[in-house]
Amino acid sequence: MGTTQSGILGGRLPLAEYEANFSDLHPPLDKHEALVAADRCYFCHDAPCMTACPTSIDIPLFIRQIATGNPIGSAKTIFDQNILGGMCARVCPTETLCEQACVRNTAEERPVEIGRLQRYATDTAMKENKQFFTRAARTGRRVAVVGAGPAGLACAHRLAVKGHDVVIYDAREKSGGLNEYGIAAYKSVDDFAQKEVDYVLSIGGIEVRHGEALGRDFSLADLGERYDAVFLGLGLAGVNALRVEGENGAGVEDAVDFIAALRQSKTKADIPVGRRVVVLGGGMTAIDAAVQAKLLGAEEVTICYRRGKEHMNASEFEQDLAASKGVTIRHWLQPKRIALKDGKVAGIELEYTALVEGKLTATGETGIIAADQIFKAIGQTFDASGLGVLRMEGGRIVVDQEGRTSLAKIWAGGDCVLGGEDLTVSAVAMGRDAAESIDRVLAAAEPLASAVA
Amino acid sequence: MADLRNNFVGIKSPNPFWLASAPPTDKAYNVERAFKAGWGGVVWKTLGEEGPPVVNVNGPRYGAIWGADRRLLGLNNIELITDRDLYVNLREMKQVKMNWPDRALIASIMVPCEENAWKAILPLVEETGADGIELNFGCPHGMSERGMGSAVGQVPEYIEMVVRWCKQYTRMPVITKLTPNITDIRKPARAAKAGGTDAVSLINTINSITSVNLDTFSPEPSIDGRGSHGGYCGPAVKPIALNMVAEIARDPETHGLPISGIGGITTWRDAAEFLALGAQNVQVCTAAMTYGFKIVQEMISGLSDWMDAKGHRTLDDICGRAVPNVSDWQYLNLNYVTKAKIDQDACIKCGRCHIACEDTSHQAITQFVNGVRHFEVIEEECVGCNLCVNVCPVQNCITMEPLAAGTLDKRTGKPVDPNYANWTTHPNNPMARQAAE
Repeated sequence: MGTTQSGILGGRLPLAEYEANFSDLHPPLDKHEALVAADRCYFCHDAPCMTACPTSIDIPLFIRQIATGNPIGSAKTIFDQNILGGMCARVCPTETLCEQACVRNTAEERPVEIGRLQRYATDTAMKENKQFFTRAARTGRRVAVVGAGPAGLACAHRLAVKGHDVVIYDAREKSGGLNEYGIAAYKSVDDFAQKEVDYVLSIGGIEVRHGEALGRDFSLADLGERYDAVFLGLGLAGVNALRVEGENGAGVEDAVDFIAALRQSKTKADIPVGRRVVVLGGGMTAIDAAVQAKLLGAEEVTICYRRGKEHMNASEFEQDLAASKGVTIRHWLQPKRIALKDGKVAGIELEYTALVEGKLTATGETGIIAADQIFKAIGQTFDASGLGVLRMEGGRIVVDQEGRTSLAKIWAGGDCVLGGEDLTVSAVAMGRDAAESIDRVLAAAEPLASAVA
Repeated sequence: MADLRNNFVGIKSPNPFWLASAPPTDKAYNVERAFKAGWGGVVWKTLGEEGPPVVNVNGPRYGAIWGADRRLLGLNNIELITDRDLYVNLREMKQVKMNWPDRALIASIMVPCEENAWKAILPLVEETGADGIELNFGCPHGMSERGMGSAVGQVPEYIEMVVRWCKQYTRMPVITKLTPNITDIRKPARAAKAGGTDAVSLINTINSITSVNLDTFSPEPSIDGRGSHGGYCGPAVKPIALNMVAEIARDPETHGLPISGIGGITTWRDAAEFLALGAQNVQVCTAAMTYGFKIVQEMISGLSDWMDAKGHRTLDDICGRAVPNVSDWQYLNLNYVTKAKIDQDACIKCGRCHIACEDTSHQAITQFVNGVRHFEVIEEECVGCNLCVNVCPVQNCITMEPLAAGTLDKRTGKPVDPNYANWTTHPNNPMARQAAE
């Protein structure tokens, strides 16, 4: 046991240490802290933070509502624009969105803590199970939503508000998509993702069917026949392959599976981790995997990214977080070969890279890092099976500004569409806007012969 | 080093910072601590007449308003005058004065509006060796219902009468403490002067209800579900106090009457402003009640350092210096033209100046220039009102720039007149026209 034993093992740490390591990354603000933080907001006119938010939450207004002792009203302001405002408050890279735009940065290089204030308001309302939405009279229209992730949930909720009946299909056991399976455990503690799903679904009129996958259990054409409209919020189910020698050795794993397993584990002690871990990639997934590997008790964790720091998709904050947990981030290194011993990972040979005339080029110089576990976080791919003739580009579904695909009655949003941003908050915006578009189309259509009471 | 020694109507203290008559000066224990901390003087908590002392409520005595970080901005209180036996107070005062001969010790007094009541208490106070007396005509709560405190201060004739008795029955200097709960502060000041007072002190507290509990609908502070108006003090009242001090300082009838300035003084800067507007020393209460007696050290060093920096040697060099600049509106120079100017390097682009001007003033600040968020003053519309300066969160980002004589005022299309001209001679003033005819 402990951090120095070789191999891939669980239980490297005492239980209490797991608990501390995987506690809330940003503990919630208490009431007084929230008032002080809220007081720093200038209530800007035409506020830059609001423009920077993909869901256009009226941030100055919700912060002022906190400042005046009305967190419930504040939560309504947030949920009006973003029904998953609770999760977004936890996982949004605010340092590159609202908080980057905050005018306080110009004034004193320290923005208003918008994310934590949003959490304060939404937590307050959700703790009281305060519901702000009621369904319009039922329209009798039925809409299928494929994928119970952020895009699908936001779409379903807005459709339910409009009075439509919604059926969500999801291939996995639980709803939430990446919120449930794809986020570092310390960003969403206490089973928050499921609580949020329950909160969203409590509007009524939404049925969720788990374990049903598009392309396996039904086709897009089936849905088109059975429903008045279809929204695809499929996310990215596939992962990129390394295509190097040794990739199939024991101990080479997809980071997304590791992250998902961590989220599903209660104690984290049951999640095995190597003594020396190498994570390949430069995005949020790489950081989430690396940091959590360290928190599980790995002795040495190294992120290897084939380009420079400035090219990393992971935000500056995430990189700093990794560094503070003891993760080493190395740049300009790409995998060349995974060394195996008895079928198990023993190390990874990496080759230095450089930009030559704008093109990433291997320099020929190599080195080996000893490792017993390697996580691949080199990007996800869209599994397009079952989509038939839907127009695609660059491996993603093509949609217009309202989320309409090339087929009538079919909308799409989230990571699966061209221009998807790998952000919960963007997925929510797309799902919500697609719901509005669907509602407009359904409302313009002929009224039903027998309206359902 | 600036000389901070203070001589107020013959009462000497090493600095001009006195503690006002209030809870902090209730007994020897506190006053000793205050003197140790460096306070120049103390006005002892108000004494009442001989006999069973008044009683206080046994629930909360204070209400407050706060900034977001619970910084206390305004305090109100419903505590009455001393609830300790008169002779206990007198004994302690005598001892403290003996212990601290270089500090000022003033007795605040509130007894019924009867000559005998005053005649009885004055010799007792005089015997303590106190340096002077302050007549409490100010407290607006509780005692005023019994015909004392502000009930006296609101009737100039009573003020004059009581001051006259005091001057008749004691050799001690008399300071008359005024209530701000009155329409024109000059009237009670003139009455006090007519009665022969040596000085006035102001302001006492302002009638107030700090808040209402929205669950119980009781005013705060709540005593078993009910509240009573209390006396308001603290930083929030400073502007009101400054104006009242200035009114007395510049009134021809009271000009030169010594003033002890009171009202929300929290820092050396507040004190300096009171002195500039004509006060000869200051009294402090809420700041001490909020932070403790040590704050006087900041006040002393701040005032001293500022005086050194500006070359002021003694308090006389600064007292009343702003008084000649306090004017009636009608004498303000209408040919003084300013325009707001936004420092684009300092601007953080919050847009508050724009929306304040656009929604509530003169539509003189842009929101977009060439499609980009950009806040700039439109000189053709700017009346120089200063609202944008006041709402801007960045200090010195927006400034008011006076237009030099002769330059074109783009709003009026006329060059700025170099000559002083005010409303009394303005052509739009019907009185002025009449005078001209």
